[in-house]
Amino acid sequence: MSELLISITPFDWLLDPLTHDFMRRALMVSALVGGVCGLLSCYMTLKGWALMGDAVSHAVMPGVVVAYALGLPFSLGAFVFGVGSVALIGFIKQKSRIKEDTVIGLVFTGFFALGIVLVSKIKSNIDLMQILFGSPLGISQADVKQTLIISFVVIFILLLFRKDLMLYCFDAKHARSIGINTGMLHYLLLTLLSLSAVVGLQTVGIILVVAMLITPGATAYLLTDRFDRMTILAVVSSSFSSVLGVYISYWSDIETGGSIVLVQTLIFLIAFLFAPKYGIFKNQTYLNNN
Amino acid sequence: MNPIFKSHEKDFMRIEADQVCVDYNGTVALYDASLNLKAGSICGLVGMNGAGKSTFFKALMGFVRPSRGKIRLNGLRVNQAQKDQTVAYVPQNEGIDYAFPVSVWDVVMMGRYGAMNIFRIPRESDRRAVFHALERVDLLDLRNRPIGSLSGGQRKRAFLARAIAQRASVLLLDEPFSGVDVPTEKLMAELFLQFRQEGHTILISTHDLNHVRDFCDFVVLINKTVLAYGETSEVFTSENLNKTFGGIPPNPLSGPESSKDFVNE
Repeated sequence: MSELLISITPFDWLLDPLTHDFMRRALMVSALVGGVCGLLSCYMTLKGWALMGDAVSHAVMPGVVVAYALGLPFSLGAFVFGVGSVALIGFIKQKSRIKEDTVIGLVFTGFFALGIVLVSKIKSNIDLMQILFGSPLGISQADVKQTLIISFVVIFILLLFRKDLMLYCFDAKHARSIGINTGMLHYLLLTLLSLSAVVGLQTVGIILVVAMLITPGATAYLLTDRFDRMTILAVVSSSFSSVLGVYISYWSDIETGGSIVLVQTLIFLIAFLFAPKYGIFKNQTYLNNN
Repeated sequence: MNPIFKSHEKDFMRIEADQVCVDYNGTVALYDASLNLKAGSICGLVGMNGAGKSTFFKALMGFVRPSRGKIRLNGLRVNQAQKDQTVAYVPQNEGIDYAFPVSVWDVVMMGRYGAMNIFRIPRESDRRAVFHALERVDLLDLRNRPIGSLSGGQRKRAFLARAIAQRASVLLLDEPFSGVDVPTEKLMAELFLQFRQEGHTILISTHDLNHVRDFCDFVVLINKTVLAYGETSEVFTSENLNKTFGGIPPNPLSGPESSKDFVNE
């Protein structure tokens, strides 16, 4: 393998994978999913919903298993259980004295455990590893279609309600006082979260999808003080790390999901250390000029 | 329950609350609260923490539904009034995430969202309203700065500018003077008097009695219900204040001593 890496030019490194059908598909899906999750991650980090993202992405597990077993689109099952977990979290929180983070942890582990039990009990050709860790290189044509449709729905809604959702995250009281339906926005954001978790698990799997839903937003947040720029930076960094992760996975034969998230984390670390205004090693000349 | 206004003026009421009761899961937070405010008046809402000030605010904003009684703003139901951009709410500094990536201009522009279409694309008139509002609170030079880089007083002025840009006729201000510097306090006091001139109705929730005395035309003393309500000079008696604060001096600096002085005048 190492001799092979030395002998190829950067040009080949980029183009060679594109000769394979499955790689073209994997790169396209990863870039798109990265963009969708990156866009949503801005709202997740600003609203403080990282734990909620973790919960929803784990809670979709039994939905995926049941959908596969019944021959339904897996996204449908995932969506039902994603929204169901959110509703259950809200219900338990309201009807008991338990604190919210405890309720979230309790519900999502319960759903996740149910998923694992179902996988071992329902006889089917579901690959547990594929659900847990994703496999963009082995994505089927039908799954590509589902992912495309869901991604475009999420992007469309996020762009349409961009400002309202931003206002909702910043100052929900004001949003409400000017007649905006904040209850609707709350559930809209949760629905988009479920849908993004569904597409995210295609590329990085259930366990790591939360990284897709927070890391790009956190990285972008360190780089700018403007919301619009933050969304662009998050989308670009997320798509870029997804594509680069797939390439690295292809050439060095490592797990794709892990590779994507690791690239994302590295980009975050670079921003954490060297962001001009908020990095550890702040750029003094930048600060003096501004 | 309406000592000030004659019935024929009722048509002009900006805020009309009639026998409003609010309870949270069976615990009464406010009962029989009534209030009528006409256009062009400033009213102080005074009471201890937990006396129901914020509950009354929430009811006026439509955040909680009264279990009994009715509220009308400009003669409209609260949700209708919100859609008409009748009410503007200026929050306390504590309730806002100042690390949020928005500029001062962006924050003030949020006051215009309700008047825009679904895409919230600012028109020329929206930009003019924001510009003008920033000018009035003297923040035009800082308009491109992130909201988090502003001082406490400047932040307060930014949110006041948002309310101005919204062009609401009713302004609800939650503890507007807490944590602001002297220039901001002066500027806000001047603005409030201008607003009154322009026919706005301002309701200020506060426990600082000095400010109420300085420029509130009316005062509402509240402790689970409206204890006393009327022109400031008539309502601000030490007896009423004792009732409101349960015999406890409300504020060592501006409390019983100065309120006695006030009565003696």
